[in-house]
Amino acid sequence: MLHIVNKSPFEKTSLETCLRLARPGSVLLLIEDAVYAAARGNAAESKIRQAARTLKVYALSPDLEARGIRDKAIDGIELIDYGGFVDLVAEHTAVQSWL
Amino acid sequence: MTAPMDDDESSGGAAGTVKKFMFVNRRAPYGTIYALEGLETVLISAAFDQDVSMVFVDDGVYELMKGQQTKAIEVKNFSPTYRALEGYDIEKLYVEQESLAARGLTAENLVVPVDVLSAVELGELMEQQDVLISC
Repeated sequence: MLHIVNKSPFEKTSLETCLRLARPGSVLLLIEDAVYAAARGNAAESKIRQAARTLKVYALSPDLEARGIRDKAIDGIELIDYGGFVDLVAEHTAVQSWL
Repeated sequence: MTAPMDDDESSGGAAGTVKKFMFVNRRAPYGTIYALEGLETVLISAAFDQDVSMVFVDDGVYELMKGQQTKAIEVKNFSPTYRALEGYDIEKLYVEQESLAARGLTAENLVVPVDVLSAVELGELMEQQDVLISC
């Protein structure tokens, strides 16, 4: 299934809860302020690196660019555009948005 | 609504199709309107004869606390409504063990009987749903 997180890991527990519940093989998409978790060199990096061992992790490139962190994206996270976002949603029957 | 020839919208494309709907509650009850709106959505969903479950995670577990007294803040105490869900055939209430433990709570502190599940069990249940709605 597809899990979508849109809140900064430093403001909300959404990402943490998502990672606690997401089963191996699931897909995680980081959008809006959640893309801060996709950047290297912050306190959330180890969580994302660990998650990437069992989940396929994507981040929305326009949101990284807007925040000036496009070149800090953690290796192993796949950056996608809006078209890719639509494809991910279309590919999955169950989608949980961790609002 | 269950008549075989019924072709109105409530039956959808395939007549009598029942989908698994899970409402994921993650907010405390009175600071924002999410919890109340979520509960109302669940009650509405009961009219469509679907397989509905409610999950309480993070601060969502506070929605179910016993002993809520809202008179002094002048808002409706909607916690008794969770006890009425059974009357609408909504009987699948799940609470995440980790969220309860983090808040120093157990199922004894809640207004309704619930199934307490681990994060792993809840994650698996989530995978089985057709529709997930965040409240």
